[in-house]
Amino acid sequence: MALLAPPAAASAPVRPRDIFLPGGDSRRRSRLGTLRGRLRWPLGVYTTPALILVVWEVLAQAGILKPTYAPAPTDILGTTVELWQDGVLGPDLAISLQRAGIGLAIGLTVGIVTGVLGGFLRTGEYLFNGVAQILNTVPLLAVLPLFVVWFGIDELTKVLLIAFGAGVPMYLNLFAAIRGVDQRLIEMARTTGAGPWRVVTRVLVPGALPGFLVGLRFSLAYSILGLVAAETVNADEGLGFLITQAQTYLQTNKVFVGLVIYSILGLLADQFVRILEQVLLRWRPSYEAV
Amino acid sequence: MTAAHTTTPRTHTGVLVEQVVRRFGDRVVLDRLDLTIDDDDLVVLLGPSGCGKSTLLRLLAGLDKPDGGLIEVPANRAIVFQGDRLLPWQRVLGNVTLGLRGPDADKRARKALSEVNLTGREKAWPKQLSGGEAQRVALARALVSEPELVLLDEPFAALDAITRLRMHDLVRDLRRRHHASMLLVTHDVDEAIALADRIVVMSNGRIGDAHTVHLSPADREASVAREELRAALLSDLGLASQH
Repeated sequence: MALLAPPAAASAPVRPRDIFLPGGDSRRRSRLGTLRGRLRWPLGVYTTPALILVVWEVLAQAGILKPTYAPAPTDILGTTVELWQDGVLGPDLAISLQRAGIGLAIGLTVGIVTGVLGGFLRTGEYLFNGVAQILNTVPLLAVLPLFVVWFGIDELTKVLLIAFGAGVPMYLNLFAAIRGVDQRLIEMARTTGAGPWRVVTRVLVPGALPGFLVGLRFSLAYSILGLVAAETVNADEGLGFLITQAQTYLQTNKVFVGLVIYSILGLLADQFVRILEQVLLRWRPSYEAV
Repeated sequence: MTAAHTTTPRTHTGVLVEQVVRRFGDRVVLDRLDLTIDDDDLVVLLGPSGCGKSTLLRLLAGLDKPDGGLIEVPANRAIVFQGDRLLPWQRVLGNVTLGLRGPDADKRARKALSEVNLTGREKAWPKQLSGGEAQRVALARALVSEPELVLLDEPFAALDAITRLRMHDLVRDLRRRHHASMLLVTHDVDEAIALADRIVVMSNGRIGDAHTVHLSPADREASVAREELRAALLSDLGLASQH
């Protein structure tokens, strides 16, 4: 028996050990976890923007930030309401949204049609890929003067600039997404006796969907960028006009109103794609950060 | 390569491989290889990694074309790959109906899933399945079209030993219901003995020795004949001294 006795505790170094005990139902636990997360981060991803707003407001109220330099957030909000009630902001916003909508519709249509043709057909690749790669290296802002010469200073230039911004990233991402679908899955689908239409609808389209959504995200972002650039040219209405006019008269608060609305449009576009991802990519296992 | 025998089939069942050559650059992987598989026969193709087993299987599947010789296989054939190759964006049922047409597709798929003991998992996503379950879905997907030839490319190699044994039982069970020629590619000698009607050993790009297996299920588990067969296979593979 003496041989089986444990070695003297004094000589053995203490090694760290983990002990795991039942932690209750995992679902309840995770729900509790989300609740705790909510309480700890009530604003989620908007925590930092909200914090910046608070600091900004405090600095502005204290007089450290001059109103002509950066008016207080509450001042910007007041100006927004005022502009809206004066009937200035509403029509301007509507015309901007209309431009963005038409431009986006043209850009996405062209980008998706060429992207699908380029992705599926060798002929399509040879026809469109070179052009798309060249256009991709041309900055949006650099083609603006050219567009003005070609298409005048009216609506056409503005819409086409937005379409250009939206179309190129959509083509490139969709092309890469279709070509990037796992070859082994396509091969497998063919061996099951599925026809070309089945392979396209059940393998290629869902397989390319994540890449398509990345393209959509870029397209929406660039279309807003195109909108901003386009509206600096000879605009007599629209958000860009509002900003340019305010800049001329040094009405910094109005400039900020325009900027805030642009950024809200960007946020809404991002949220839209996020919701699409949640609905369309349910099958995808995603990493959940701690 | 000769133009004489191109279109008219010679046999009406099983698999016929005649003088098939397959090269990758200068390397000759299949060197005038001959093989026949009779109807309803399960042939195990045994060989070390890189000997050209999978190359031959891909030729039989029609995924690659031979550089010489002739291959004749039933048009209605199915393949089970080493990985499950399930579409992650389709639920289990959708994966099984992938190649099916007609209004009874779902019903047939459910039946195939019940044969691999996966009733009730039709709505699961592939990411929710274990390795063994996913491979069973792949089996169901292959068998649902009632193929005349089933090609299995090391289908159980990625599974653990216990799951593999269960899969062997399942394959034996499925063979009683489905009448198809089967070619199973493996490097596992025990798997070959457990399942085969005939074991062919591949070496130097050709089929070397063939062993017809006439053993009862119990004898396949443990018997003197089994050990003799195992020793013979190991010696064919050039592993006799290590045995």
